[in-house]
Amino acid sequence: MQIYGTALLALCVVAGLAAGRAAGALFGLDSDLGGVGLAMILLILTTDALRRRGLLDASAEGGITFWAQIYVPVVVAMAASQNVRGALQGGWMAALAGLSAVGSAFLVLRLFARRKDDA
Amino acid sequence: MSAAAVEQVLVRNGLLTAFAAVGLTMALSYWVSARLTRGRIHGSAIAILAGLACAALAGGKQGAADIPVLSGLGLMGGAMLRDLAIVATAFGVRLEEFMRGGLAGAVALLVGLTVSFAAGGAVAIAFGHTDAVSVTTIGAGAATYIVGPVTGAALGASSEVIALSIAAGLVKAVSVMVLTPMLARHVGLDNPRSAMVFGGLMGTNSGVMAGLAATDPKLVPYGAMTATFYTGLGCLLGPSLFHAILKALL
Repeated sequence: MQIYGTALLALCVVAGLAAGRAAGALFGLDSDLGGVGLAMILLILTTDALRRRGLLDASAEGGITFWAQIYVPVVVAMAASQNVRGALQGGWMAALAGLSAVGSAFLVLRLFARRKDDA
Repeated sequence: MSAAAVEQVLVRNGLLTAFAAVGLTMALSYWVSARLTRGRIHGSAIAILAGLACAALAGGKQGAADIPVLSGLGLMGGAMLRDLAIVATAFGVRLEEFMRGGLAGAVALLVGLTVSFAAGGAVAIAFGHTDAVSVTTIGAGAATYIVGPVTGAALGASSEVIALSIAAGLVKAVSVMVLTPMLARHVGLDNPRSAMVFGGLMGTNSGVMAGLAATDPKLVPYGAMTATFYTGLGCLLGPSLFHAILKALL
């Protein structure tokens, strides 16, 4: 049944976010530290273990892949609910601060990628 | 049935209205991509741009979700469903692939945070801010729009500076969404390893997720994996290490 896949996915997300919260609290932070990443690792490990025991059938997998495929529309909704006006109203300094960070990061990324080509 | 009654149905079923509205946007965007750009600009990139444009036009703090009929966009694109969908994209990825890019991703996280703080801080100094607290806070905003206010609040920055740091973070998120699909080919962003490095360097969750979705959906879980550590790490290092360094320098 599809719900088994979706339930497993939801469980991994909630467990991962709770663990990320706990990891943050460990450093005295009121914020999440890697929750989504931990949830992804949990999902990979649990689905792998279940599949090996033959406990994850195609319909259950469908309950996970549906959400993976709905990802782009969710991102479109996220883009539509961003405070874009706020970004535009921050003035030149805010715009330059944000853009210079992005520009520098792209330059560094290019160096990273080029070093791989040389090796 | 009157228009008010129709509106009431749409508002009461906000999430469903959002599904329908986003579906229509996607259909229109893929049509534009195929017909007007001959597939050169990916449909998802156009859809994300359309979403941003709607948010700018609507003008609210929650973009288009501040319009009552479209309030469901806030739920559909909010943290809960976003995290569910992004974790789902990891299904089918082999753990070894994450491990292979793990070290590069971790290095990228530290480099990315340092570069963002330095770039944002340098701009703040250029615009006449001289105290370490303001410069750190604006540099933190150039990391993400969450690191900025968290750092500013911890250091006791003025509310004007905190607002600037949030705006810097928003500019970063939006520009990563827009620029990533355009620059991906030029910076070698076409494999899992460079996607993990990208996630660690940029760090802005919404920017990384939308940018990669518009570039190549297969890369999404890799970028998300490292980006998810960025904000937490930034909140950790901003008020401590980066503030201490700037205090010593200024």
